[in-house]
Amino acid sequence: MSKITRRKFLAGSAAGGAAMMMTPAKKAFAAGSFEGFPDGMGVLVDLTRCVGCRTCEAACNVEQKLPEPALPFDDTSVFDEMHHGQKRRTTDKAYTIVNRYEPKSADEPLYRKIQCNHCNEPACLTSCFVNAYKKTPEGAVIYNSKVCVGCRNCMIACPFHIPAYTYSSVLNPVIKKCIFCYDTRLKEGRPPACVESCPQQVMTFGKRKDLMVIAHERIKKNPGKYVDHVYGEKEVGGTGWFYLSNVPFEEAGFDVNLPKKPIIDNVKDFLAIVPMVLTIWPALFTGFHLLATKGKSHGHGDDNSHDKQEGH
Amino acid sequence: MVNAGKQLITGLGVLLLLAVLSTSCYAMDYPDEVELDSLADLYEPVVFDHAMHVDVTENCSECHHHTTGTGVANEYCAKCHTGDVEMDVVACQDCHSADPVSIENLRNPQPGYSYHNDQPSLKAAYHLKCLGCHQNVDGPTGCEDCHAKTEAGDKFYRSGEFAPKEPAHSSAH
Ligand code: SF4
Ligand code: SF4
Ligand code: SF4
Repeated sequence: MSKITRRKFLAGSAAGGAAMMMTPAKKAFAAGSFEGFPDGMGVLVDLTRCVGCRTCEAACNVEQKLPEPALPFDDTSVFDEMHHGQKRRTTDKAYTIVNRYEPKSADEPLYRKIQCNHCNEPACLTSCFVNAYKKTPEGAVIYNSKVCVGCRNCMIACPFHIPAYTYSSVLNPVIKKCIFCYDTRLKEGRPPACVESCPQQVMTFGKRKDLMVIAHERIKKNPGKYVDHVYGEKEVGGTGWFYLSNVPFEEAGFDVNLPKKPIIDNVKDFLAIVPMVLTIWPALFTGFHLLATKGKSHGHGDDNSHDKQEGH
Repeated sequence: MVNAGKQLITGLGVLLLLAVLSTSCYAMDYPDEVELDSLADLYEPVVFDHAMHVDVTENCSECHHHTTGTGVANEYCAKCHTGDVEMDVVACQDCHSADPVSIENLRNPQPGYSYHNDQPSLKAAYHLKCLGCHQNVDGPTGCEDCHAKTEAGDKFYRSGEFAPKEPAHSSAH
């Protein structure tokens, strides 16, 4: 198949069916071959240090000009909140939140800060069919909300349940998530606001590859303190923010069943079984179909030809 | 050069003094109080009662690693340091930089010792040491147990007079 334009591609996909929509997955880089930009920055998060003071949440709120919280940031009652049987999650008004866990294998509670992990091969990016996402050479996974159509693919694809939607505009709900303080700090080489604010230096900012060495050294230098695993070194192809813990990661609420491979390959199948997709896509398809030039039926197209001209 | 010379002289002076007194670290010249103000924007500075902590701590090395000549608390450091010599640099801020990840430092990393590549910032060094110990000995661990919040702090944390308005539907408490 020869090169096709985005419009034709979308049209073809519409005719081709739901699974087809997901194929631009390979657009930015070949699956499994990309291990992050060599000088990409990252953050080493040491869960043993966090005391649950929520200063990082306050810092993010200020830096990202987020709306007023429901409760003050020094209010620890939020740790008892449950939403539909779940601990707090990131929202369109809070790009990072700290949760408390009661691990079986420790006497003390454990606090964990949650935000986007800035994956090396982000599932949010690969699942987005309008290319709203971008992984920058500095290591941030950012998005263009002007391009976002609010389809929620990324929300479903993200293995860490990070992207959230703002419904402030009913017609144009857009994604909101942690951007590694890209615009205001990372771009200039400065550490994110949450990292800088933390009194305990739970988070250490630096080049991802240097921090990975430090993470393993920290395990070695402190025998018996940490479990011998750096969460995010290999998970889903590696994440820009990665974790050290004194308890098995599942006890700190981490999903320990994630593949070592990026989600890229799986995202199609994964999305196909999610009911939300089934309920949302028909409406979208109808829309695309109406836009499509009549009589074209591309069936299964080669999205790579389309990708190569993508000028990210 | 001048500074180095000065430091050397001071160092020698301290050594001489130690030799004369030939006693433990408790004879060392240390400040009774230290004002910690690196966070003094959101919180008032902390006046740290050093003398009291000297009294309740068995060994200066618990906070000062191997620099006070009182041995080595951490096994890992003991691989290189014997800890029986008092160093020129003893104060926290002499080693722990207030801004270790400044743009300057990230672009031109200092060719430091290969084993000293994971030093916490000054702010973190304080908190990790203080809270780490306080948790074990049931010392104060709440933020405001040690430093009072400033108005800027209340604004930042949306607390005090800057607290969010009580939502209409929630019950008062
Ligand atoms: S954590 Fe989720 S939102 Fe963040 S880069 Fe990875 S896939 Fe995307
Ligand atoms: S990196 Fe920036 S946007 Fe992300 S959680 Fe931290 S402060 Fe918020
Ligand atoms: S600021 Fe640091 S210690 Fe406080 S909750 Fe956030 S990560 Fe934990």
